[in-house]
Amino acid sequence: MGSITLKQITKSFGATEVIQPLDLEISDGEFVVFVGPSGCGKSTLLRLIAGLEDVTSGMIEINGVDATQTPPAKRGLAMVFQSYALYPHMSVRKNIAFPLKMAKLPLQDRDAKVEAAAAVLNLTDYLDRRPGQLSGGQRQRVAIGRAIVREPDAFLFDEPLSNLDAALRVNMRLEISELHQTLKTTMIYVTHDQVEAMTMADKIVVLQAGRIEQVGSPLELYHKPANQFVAGFIGSPKMNFVTGAHAQKHGAETIGFRPEHIAISQSGGTFNGIVGVSEHLGSDTFLRVNVEGMDSITVRADGEVALRHGDSVSLTPAPDKIYRFDKSGNAL
Amino acid sequence: MATTHSRVAARFMLSPAVLLLLAWMIVPLSMTIYFSFLRYNLLNPAIDAWAGWSNYEYFLTDPAFFAALTNTLLLVGGVLLITIIGGTLLALLLDQPIWGQGIVRILVLAPFFVMPTVSALVWKNMFMNPVNGLFAHAAKALGLQPFDFLAHAPLFSIILIVAWQWLPFAALILLTALQSMDQEQMDASEMDGAGPFSRFFYLVLPHLSRAITVVVLIQTIFLLSIFAEILVTTNGGPGYASTNITYLVYAQSLLQFDVGGGSAGGIIAVILANIVAIFLMRMIGKNLEA
Repeated sequence: MGSITLKQITKSFGATEVIQPLDLEISDGEFVVFVGPSGCGKSTLLRLIAGLEDVTSGMIEINGVDATQTPPAKRGLAMVFQSYALYPHMSVRKNIAFPLKMAKLPLQDRDAKVEAAAAVLNLTDYLDRRPGQLSGGQRQRVAIGRAIVREPDAFLFDEPLSNLDAALRVNMRLEISELHQTLKTTMIYVTHDQVEAMTMADKIVVLQAGRIEQVGSPLELYHKPANQFVAGFIGSPKMNFVTGAHAQKHGAETIGFRPEHIAISQSGGTFNGIVGVSEHLGSDTFLRVNVEGMDSITVRADGEVALRHGDSVSLTPAPDKIYRFDKSGNAL
Repeated sequence: MATTHSRVAARFMLSPAVLLLLAWMIVPLSMTIYFSFLRYNLLNPAIDAWAGWSNYEYFLTDPAFFAALTNTLLLVGGVLLITIIGGTLLALLLDQPIWGQGIVRILVLAPFFVMPTVSALVWKNMFMNPVNGLFAHAAKALGLQPFDFLAHAPLFSIILIVAWQWLPFAALILLTALQSMDQEQMDASEMDGAGPFSRFFYLVLPHLSRAITVVVLIQTIFLLSIFAEILVTTNGGPGYASTNITYLVYAQSLLQFDVGGGSAGGIIAVILANIVAIFLMRMIGKNLEA
């Protein structure tokens, strides 16, 4: 059990409305990612679901029961915080056992559950250390351990990987995904990193300025962005946008095409320009091409492309991969 | 920075300050030790014979000494207890978002800026006086017999006065510690199902332990040498009921004019203070390590 329904949720701090009226359906066992730029309200939304903030209006249902006024501990949710929020003066064992202790579980049951969680998370050797003696990744695992011993209906993650270095982040991403496969519990995950969103999610919720821009599976968002914001946010490198005469030819205010859908030729293409920067990653080459009279265009070419700074190229976007947007940015 | 050369230079340049501090401490200390072995009485300056350990013997076997020792420990312990518990509660209160927070914080801090003699006199004459004091008026208004605090509970009254002075200090230090409490930890404990009391005992109190240690250490240093409050309120009396070691040393050397005995008492006080310090550091010093 772990379905969550938000009905016309709003949240205001004083006069500023941080979350505009918002509906969302999260079904049992889903991995949902809230993604958006800083200050879009994604963390606030998570805290509303957790019960750490009170909603201004609207209703939160958990497992079909109205939980709007339920205190956080009674909602059956567990949260992993960005700073891990481990209790610094307690050993790892006590940290993980803390929610069980608060639930007044007998000591033997507590120990058994802590040992089990530690085994799942490879923490057995560290149970008697303090959080201060652990590395970032280990602390992260302790925080997850503290969440899983409660056997919650849903896990809430608030940017859990943003304090880790890049290599560790990829590792922990996989571990969290694996954990989801094993536990099959609903997970709600907040991040500003669209790569994390694309790789982990069953369902992505793109937020901007307290509004849901689009909800869908990662590939849905990639292939059918509802508007220019989502199109620009999902995908790396960012989608190229072109306005003016080129767009009008396609009957749109703005057209967009992804860097990976552009053909490069010597001449005769749609856009002619000069290579500004070329980033050779080995597997790919990212070219930033300066085209007269418009913003630079990013192109993703294969790793063997020999183009360098100053070379002139001609670019042709694949005609069936061009996205068209109207004046207010909605997809046509 | 840390070349041999620069280290030598640093030592060389530090030495005047170190030597000055050393002289400042060593000279009075050695003079006190010297006096403590003399038969040195201000009423009889002719006699300055070597006294051996007799001053120490006299001071330690004086029944007043044990009364004073007990009083000193009660005074320090009592004030620490009141200020730590009261200070924690006050800090918790001041940490809440209340209307007029700035003014309230200044008001709470105010007693710390009143000099000890003044606050002791204010307490003695305006609050604890059995005829004119506010407490006496309050008792009379309730139809009770006014209580003569300084005559019947002198040590307790002094503990009350000193605790009143030091409460703001404790509250201030503990308030700053409270404000550095990590909000996400509090959120996490809320999710984990901890109520306000569990949160206080499992999270806030351990977080405050370092600040409490600082308060205990600093206050102990000052509380061992409480003097002005006793002088202006009870003069150590009735009998020896409110005499502490500091006051006893004063009485010995300046009321009985026995400088030799007073010096011996001073050295004993130094030794006692060091014993207290060793015990304190053993007990709570580990809290200061990061």
